[in-house]
Amino acid sequence: MDWRDQGILLSTRRHGESSAIIDVLTEHHGRHAGVVRGGASRKLAPVLQPGAQLDVAWRARLEDHIGAFTVEPLRSRSAQAMGGRMALAGLNAVVSLVMFSLPERDPVPLLYHKTTQLLDLLGQDDLWPLAYLRWEKNLLEVTGFALDLDRCAVTGGQDDLRYVSPKTGRAVSGAGAGEWAARLLPLPPILRGQGPGTDEDVLAALEVTGYFLQHKLAPAMGHRPVPDARHRFMTLVQHRHAANGKTQ
Amino acid sequence: MNSTRDIENLIDLMAKLPGLGPRSARRAVLHLIRKRALLLTPLADAMTTVATTARECLNCGNVGTSDICDICTEEKRANGELCVVEDVADLWAMERSGVFKGRYHVLGGTLSALDSIGPDDLGILRLIDRVASEEISEIILALNATIDGQTTAHYIADRLGDQVKMTSLAQGVPIGGELDYLDDGTISTAMRARKAL
Repeated sequence: MDWRDQGILLSTRRHGESSAIIDVLTEHHGRHAGVVRGGASRKLAPVLQPGAQLDVAWRARLEDHIGAFTVEPLRSRSAQAMGGRMALAGLNAVVSLVMFSLPERDPVPLLYHKTTQLLDLLGQDDLWPLAYLRWEKNLLEVTGFALDLDRCAVTGGQDDLRYVSPKTGRAVSGAGAGEWAARLLPLPPILRGQGPGTDEDVLAALEVTGYFLQHKLAPAMGHRPVPDARHRFMTLVQHRHAANGKTQ
Repeated sequence: MNSTRDIENLIDLMAKLPGLGPRSARRAVLHLIRKRALLLTPLADAMTTVATTARECLNCGNVGTSDICDICTEEKRANGELCVVEDVADLWAMERSGVFKGRYHVLGGTLSALDSIGPDDLGILRLIDRVASEEISEIILALNATIDGQTTAHYIADRLGDQVKMTSLAQGVPIGGELDYLDDGTISTAMRARKAL
């Protein structure tokens, strides 16, 4: 069994003295693990940092073996990620959420491309929170918990969409909500691609996507807690929002 | 085979050491037996001594033979500078260079989102206590230039940045490094941190 693909490095674990087991999100083979001989060496260790774009060749005797990777770096994102807190926290949030939510060896080309685009924006702190929010919406979509925010689940109308049903992830209008309004989640306009996308808007939207990560996706993944890295990223965005509020 | 059981046992144990496998352990044990008086007996004595006396310094986390290590007890090193390192091997590397004359703090690892290693699992709370109780003017974060290392550095800076001056090691071209062989991340970091000649 062998194949060759491109991928984003998600994690590296040391295996024995000189090898490493890496987890890569590939375009055509999904999230895939494998051993890299010499992966803990001085030559390869700097290459095998989370977020790195790699050309990987996988080979194993049988398909269900863990197999071995040979890797070639295409581009490192370490410098951009280490350039600032926001970028580091963002990268950690993305790789830990991918590891948390995606099953192994199940191709998700859409999410692969969205993740590549998002990570290529690392270091552009102004754009990043909004780009991250869009990515998280895509993540919910590919894991089967897409938010349907185009029309009201009750009336079918497209106007006055104010809420999200915590049960179905569908939008609900003010008229459609009626006496149930208090039990629904608020629908921040930015989730529908409307509004300026300030940190405040993004944080409000991340509360909604976070609800579905925690109450829908996490139970489906064996009730594991949503990775703390996401919370740390949100805390940084909150701090920036608070700091901007003070300066204005 | 019974007569060689103890030796086989020693070989098995030696083979678990870093850098050694079954064959190299066998060679090492054979060498020790041949140099019994010169190597084996002193080595066994030294290992027995270290096994009973080695412990972590209660203050900094360094490894020594007393509750407080030599670096922490030396008055001259209380110059207000505290160097934070990931593990004892890093502390020893800093000491080998001989450039740092202050004291250390060993974290015992780095934060890792994927391995669920949080601040409570490391010596970060002890570091915060030290900043409160000792006269520290500067914390030097000598953590690895990895995603986890830098995440830890930023976390510590966020926790302590308003109480004490924080600095971190520079990143860039290593001594003897050739640009052609450096990864693009190192080159771009070095470019950003360039200095006037």
